[in-house]
Amino acid sequence: MIKHAPAFIVIIPLSMALLAPIMAKLSKALLRTFVVSAFIGSMIFSSLVLFETLESGRIFYEFGAWEAPFGIEYVMDPLNSIFAVLVSFIATTVAVYSREFFREEGWLKNAVYYSLLCLIVTGSLGMVVTGDAFNLYVFLEISSLSTYALIALGGQRGTVASFKYLQIGTVGASFYLLSIGYIYAITGTLNMIDMAERLQPVITSPAVLIAILLMFVGLGIKMALFPLHIWLPDAHSYAPYPLSAYMSGILIKIPVYVMIRFMFYIFNPTSEVIQSVLNVVGILASIAILFGSIMAIAQSEYKRMLAYSSVAGIGYIALGISIGNIYGLVGAVFHVLNHAFMKVALFFIAGGIYLRCGEKKIENFKGLFKEMPVSMYAFLILAFSMVGIPPTAGFFSKWYLINGAIMEGLWLFPIVIIISSILNAVYFFRIIENIFLKPADKSFESHVKSKYELPFSLLIPISLLSIGVLVLGIMNFELVANVIISSFPEVLN
Amino acid sequence: MSEVSLMPLYFVVIPGMAALLIMITGEKKPNIRETWTIIASISNVALVFYVLPRLLAGDLMQTARYSLVPNVDFFLKIDAAGMLFASLASILWVATSFYGIGYMRAEKKKNQTGFFASFAVCISAVMGISFSGNLLTFFIFYEILTIATYPLVVHSRNEESINSGRKYLAYTLISGQVFLFGIIWLYHLTGTTDFVPGGSIGTSGNPISLTIIFILLILGSAVKAGIMPFHGWLPAAMIAPTPVSALLHAVAVVKAGVFSIVRIVGFIFGFDLLNTLGIVDYLAWLAAFTIIVASIIALRQDNLKRRLAFSTIGQLSYIVLGVALANEQAFLGGLFHIAAHAFMKITLFFCAGAIFVNTGFKYISEMHGIGRKMPITMAMFGIASLGISGMPFTVGFISKWNLVMGSIAGGKIFYVIVFVASAMLSATYLFTIFVMAFYEKNDNFTEYGEVREDMLIPIIFTGIMSIILGINPNFLVKFYDLAIISAEIVSKGIGG
Repeated sequence: MIKHAPAFIVIIPLSMALLAPIMAKLSKALLRTFVVSAFIGSMIFSSLVLFETLESGRIFYEFGAWEAPFGIEYVMDPLNSIFAVLVSFIATTVAVYSREFFREEGWLKNAVYYSLLCLIVTGSLGMVVTGDAFNLYVFLEISSLSTYALIALGGQRGTVASFKYLQIGTVGASFYLLSIGYIYAITGTLNMIDMAERLQPVITSPAVLIAILLMFVGLGIKMALFPLHIWLPDAHSYAPYPLSAYMSGILIKIPVYVMIRFMFYIFNPTSEVIQSVLNVVGILASIAILFGSIMAIAQSEYKRMLAYSSVAGIGYIALGISIGNIYGLVGAVFHVLNHAFMKVALFFIAGGIYLRCGEKKIENFKGLFKEMPVSMYAFLILAFSMVGIPPTAGFFSKWYLINGAIMEGLWLFPIVIIISSILNAVYFFRIIENIFLKPADKSFESHVKSKYELPFSLLIPISLLSIGVLVLGIMNFELVANVIISSFPEVLN
Repeated sequence: MSEVSLMPLYFVVIPGMAALLIMITGEKKPNIRETWTIIASISNVALVFYVLPRLLAGDLMQTARYSLVPNVDFFLKIDAAGMLFASLASILWVATSFYGIGYMRAEKKKNQTGFFASFAVCISAVMGISFSGNLLTFFIFYEILTIATYPLVVHSRNEESINSGRKYLAYTLISGQVFLFGIIWLYHLTGTTDFVPGGSIGTSGNPISLTIIFILLILGSAVKAGIMPFHGWLPAAMIAPTPVSALLHAVAVVKAGVFSIVRIVGFIFGFDLLNTLGIVDYLAWLAAFTIIVASIIALRQDNLKRRLAFSTIGQLSYIVLGVALANEQAFLGGLFHIAAHAFMKITLFFCAGAIFVNTGFKYISEMHGIGRKMPITMAMFGIASLGISGMPFTVGFISKWNLVMGSIAGGKIFYVIVFVASAMLSATYLFTIFVMAFYEKNDNFTEYGEVREDMLIPIIFTGIMSIILGINPNFLVKFYDLAIISAEIVSKGIGG
């Protein structure tokens, strides 16, 4: 059983996607239970693999017993195991959270939603666990196509946003495919480990250069790195609430993983080409951080503000990658985890506010504290983490990133991070003022019936994630020293 | 000699627990809620008296180290300087608790639960700041203090207080980020952020980097310490209820900034290195400038709390100047002034609050002849005013004596003139209020009517303390001995 764990991680949600329509016809409650259990199943197997890899390094799983490099191989090391755990954990919270948004809908809509959600999660997990560059493309398309469809569920404007994302996203995926094509033409292999070996002698050739650039642009689009982020604000704001959370928390982080994998494990990070790509990433990341934060201040709608804030969040992560030393990468990976927790919970709260009070605009959040105190305390923790107040996780992201930047003598980056913290404070304290200090100027109309401020299906994920942000901050040393650092290639140490 | 002990943690946890219990008890049972504040504040004082003899016997209690990030730990450690600050805050917390309960009830303020809870969190953070063993631990509590003070500043929830809150956050958060940058750079350069008496850096290192780091760290502290031109938030924050101004904006928050400078100068850089770099002279100049200018501005304020705010800004720079002179005696004077100024200034603020509760007057021009109505309050006001100007037999004299001696010992006579001029100025802007209160007649104040007892007794306590400490500076808590020990180990660099 444990031997097949890497396969189970992907197969469980995939089978669930197929079963979803049948179950929806039978009972919606049954469907919800099964989807949540499926994601928990993935999480258990990912955790098992993570513990295994921490002990033994890498795990190889040959799919259908076809030996690599001919067959498709899943390769798991601490780096992608931790991503797999994160993806399946967030997917579980999203599945739990979705209940209230689709409870009133008919079976067909439920079937479509949960089936597509399972497919998205399958795609995300698949991209993480696979050791085959083309297989990764397949999973990328699985998750992307399902996402396009799900964004369109968000109504009229959702359809437009979805179409916009579809066009841009397809271009991104094609760039990635082209890049793989070039590499295949040069090395004759799609297996990543194999590829890494065979690329070293030819790393300076123009074809590889083109492949690297194509890869960079393709992944840049998918992870919404400035200036390739233009699809993101619309897609995030018009998608259904649970999906916005998942997109911001996970979907834009997976390409980050792919980028780390290719830049630092497959291409040689010490080569000149990669160094200059990383420099460009650094400049774009700095602009992304400042641009995202400033645009977030300009928004009047809470969800859209979070979307722009995600652009800045990706900037932080990309900044860590660009710094390229051990501290930088720790900062990047740690911020992936941290940002996933924060942003998912913040989007969850957005949905909660909408259900409970019917409000989307920040100026109407006055007096919310009296209406939903628990969620608002959670919001407080998350906002502090976004600003980077110790001992929340956000502070430690900054600690690692600034440390890495100073170590490399990149003096601009700490300044960017400092300015961005202050901008974050501006847009979060504006909301905190409304929520906590100003009295409500009207009565709110609720869309849910619940004895408490929100049903438990919303309240539990929100509380869990916001407490998680604190735990992640206080316990970060355990995570960083035992898991994250051990996952990096030797080049960095 | 140091042992692993949880003792420093108790100082932090007790007020933290109190905050939690206050939140849980809530608005409906105000008496039980206030009991938590009282119990916690008295327990902290009890801890002070338990730890103090052990500390003076040379027992440095330290918590186990908890790894926060690779190579930097979270740990708390009780040393003389930290003890000075923590015992000061603990004792004044008791006084302020009674005073605050009386004040808030007399004024029938809303949101009292949030008020007392935030207050307790602030005290918890101050305890953490006192006992932090390194800069990262220090910074964590420093930022918590920033955040926990915000709800107190915006307590009235009106337009003006929200604007003051913004101003407060803008100043403190920005400086906090600069501080963080400095800390990380320091860590990167030296591999440690631990506080070591006499300096953790040694005497080597790239002078340019060290100078910039020093500037960054001082910038991070200067805002809370109210050094000009970074003082703008302090008068604005006076919008908060008076107990907050009294304990936080005259003692805890601003002293946290000053204490941060004490740690940076005495425990990170050390006198020798700073004198070699020469950078510390500029800090001394800035402090001297602040002392004079703040005193002059204070003269022109008609709002009593604002006048006291500017007086605070000036007095804080006494401490900064003492520390920046970077010699043993001036350092001693500066450290002792942390305690001395606290007792005097909290008395003055308490009096201002009592006047406000009793009569509703905020402006000095309205207070002619108020001594007839509130003789005890105004007498205490007079004592504290004399103390601020450094009159012998008040606590202010002892710190000022050492500061003046320190500047002479350092061969910097100019600063003696600054101290004397400032004493004249503060006598003018504070003592005149006292004189006015007793020597002029006003129809508003014809009969005797002091403020309620739970406010009056703290006023008398802190007022009398300002005199007793002037005669015996080691009374109750051995503030003077703590300052001497601290100054000695810092100047000699004896490891602790």
